[in-house]
Amino acid sequence: MAAPATVPSVVFPYRDLLGIEGLTPEEITLLLDLSERYTEANRRPGKKRKTMRGRTVINLFFETSTRTRTSFELAAQRLGADVINMQVADSSIKKGETLVDTAVTLNAMHPDVLVVRHPESGAVKLLSEKVDCAVINAGDGSHEHPTQALLDAQTIRARLGRLSGITVAICGDLAHSRVARSNILLLTTMGARVRVVGPPTLVPATFERLGVEVHHNMERGIADCDVVMMLRLQTERMQGSYVPSTREYFRFFGLDYAKLGAAKPDALVMHPGPMNRGVEIDSEVADDFGRSAIQTQVEMGVAVRMAVLKVLTRNLEARQRAQANGNGAVMGEAS
Amino acid sequence: MSVVTGGPAGRTAYLNARLLDPASGLDTAGDLLTVGGEIADLGPGLFKDGAPKGAAVVDCAGACLAPGLVDMRVQLREPGDEHKETIETASAAASAGGVTAMACLPDTNPPIDDVAVVEFIARRAREVRGTKVFCYGAATRGLEGAQLTEMGLLAETGAVAFTDGGRAIANAQVMRRALLYASTFDALIVQHPQEPTLARDGDMNAGEVALRLGLSGIPPVAEVMMIERDLRLVESTGGRYHAAHISTAASVEAIRAAKARGLRVTCDTAPPYFTLNETAVGDYRTFAKLDPPLRAEADREAIVEGLADGTIDAIASDHAPHDQDSKRLPFAQAEYGIVGLETLLPLSLALVHKGRMSLNALLACLTVRPAEILGLPLGRLAKGAPADLVLFDPDRPWRIDPDQFRSKSKNSPFDDAPVQGRALRTVVAGRTLFAVETVAAAVA
Repeated sequence: MAAPATVPSVVFPYRDLLGIEGLTPEEITLLLDLSERYTEANRRPGKKRKTMRGRTVINLFFETSTRTRTSFELAAQRLGADVINMQVADSSIKKGETLVDTAVTLNAMHPDVLVVRHPESGAVKLLSEKVDCAVINAGDGSHEHPTQALLDAQTIRARLGRLSGITVAICGDLAHSRVARSNILLLTTMGARVRVVGPPTLVPATFERLGVEVHHNMERGIADCDVVMMLRLQTERMQGSYVPSTREYFRFFGLDYAKLGAAKPDALVMHPGPMNRGVEIDSEVADDFGRSAIQTQVEMGVAVRMAVLKVLTRNLEARQRAQANGNGAVMGEAS
Repeated sequence: MSVVTGGPAGRTAYLNARLLDPASGLDTAGDLLTVGGEIADLGPGLFKDGAPKGAAVVDCAGACLAPGLVDMRVQLREPGDEHKETIETASAAASAGGVTAMACLPDTNPPIDDVAVVEFIARRAREVRGTKVFCYGAATRGLEGAQLTEMGLLAETGAVAFTDGGRAIANAQVMRRALLYASTFDALIVQHPQEPTLARDGDMNAGEVALRLGLSGIPPVAEVMMIERDLRLVESTGGRYHAAHISTAASVEAIRAAKARGLRVTCDTAPPYFTLNETAVGDYRTFAKLDPPLRAEADREAIVEGLADGTIDAIASDHAPHDQDSKRLPFAQAEYGIVGLETLLPLSLALVHKGRMSLNALLACLTVRPAEILGLPLGRLAKGAPADLVLFDPDRPWRIDPDQFRSKSKNSPFDDAPVQGRALRTVVAGRTLFAVETVAAAVA
């Protein structure tokens, strides 16, 4: 089947994608269905399309990132957009320019889409309020990373066929993880059961308020799970501040075959990367192609980002048509 | 708005007022006469034979006439941050809010840890001739929490109490010595009660909202554990201690128990802590970023209870002016604090409108109690008392509009909030500094 010329009839009425919070199951399904079609198309030669021809995408990264930035860059290029990468971490900010000033400056260059990563929670939303283009949150502080959650969901769908009714254990540094928040929101919205697993310093009991089960024991936490999703543990947090040492962490919370035995026999192992082998995940498990979906996640990443760009570009076109016709945009604000 | 000054002899007659004196419990229809900077007389039917000749006459038309508000904690930003506020603009804001005296925190630049800075502020206040300005002295040099300041000399120059302002006196030994040393002069130590190691890098109250927003949390226990530690030190030193802007249910309980044990402790809170809860942070609203942070609903309710039963002695505005550039930032990078001088009265009056406190009990928290805590002879409507007055309509409905603030800074989370009650006229030492036109005013 060819990639879609038009988007299905479900409306995705937003200018931006700032988070999973507030999205309905239908809207999420729309993005996942579209990703599925791009996944197939991406496996064939002749990947480049004209969907975003003449559009400019700026990847604005206030934090260093290789895989997410590359994934967005590839997605935009495959849709025919012109892409510019800006690594702001080492330019304007050091000169004292505020985020709002940066936003206003970039806005004057009339980009169509800004893909933004920032180390502070809420910063992408703040920036989105000061620009006229579509904004995609590529990760803000410990808040959200919506395209990661979408690609994780798409990976699960591809491997298990569904999201509803499955049990997913998210393990590791939940407290500081934007990936975890977006995944919890998406998976619970889609009807999956979610458990969060880790020591209380990294998995506070407050997580119960998000409608998930909190576990501080790895074997019990992943027992009978369909999916075990590992999170990266930042090195600076494993030298005594949150956990005493990497050795101790791996002993009790690192995913190896012994612990994985508690999950369902065909349970899927996921990791958003980059992995700390021997800290949160054992190399044997990470490299087990039968269990590990880590490569599939990377593949889905490009397709999911193409789907998001496609939908937001369609909205951009609709808004620009409405403005050309003298009507105000009838578009919802950011999600 | 027009400013109407007193008559030739500095005599002003206030007719047809509802006289309120929280210190004595007075609440009666009547009149009041000021001569120069003092209240000369007051009572029902004082001018039944007409106002005295030559006096300016203010027809209060039944509005409330009370002692002007004594705001025991404001930041004036002068010296050092005059782009955010000055003594002059703070004074204009205070007058519009019915505040006639304010005590400024030592977190200026340079900090008020030296006699010269106290004298500078006193001189600037004299030049402005507005709201009465008092200042705290720093408890430790440079507000660094290590070496004690010259408390005796600072007190002689006019410092009303000692505090490190927005920083907790965290070191237990320093706090113990500050309490001991201050007791030489019967001086008060005011604490910003927050255990810094628990609150460090915190953006907002720890809890579900912080979790959802991915912001780092300041646990409520950070406040009460510092208060409880200090209470032990107060007990062993006999010092005088005041806990500033308490925000949690546990803190109210700790102070209640300490008062029951007979300790010389007092505390205050600020309107946001009995008006809002943590949900006001909403979608990263930096104007709702406070220190201490807005807490859970149960805490807010406990603060109201604490005010109603007298555990909490005073309400201060905790006026913290910040310019746009300090707030228009990602939440974690934005400054803490809100402006409060112009919203102190209406937000506090909500407690009366909701039936949680009587009008005089509320006014006590805003006038005579903070004055007593700081040892100031203010906050009374009585013969011979300073003619610092506020005339206000407790019921007048309006919407808060920061664009109308006289303060240089507009950082308020109460933008467009519907409130009831407004200052109509503010008088300091017999001089009218602020008046709303609708009040009938004429020289007899």
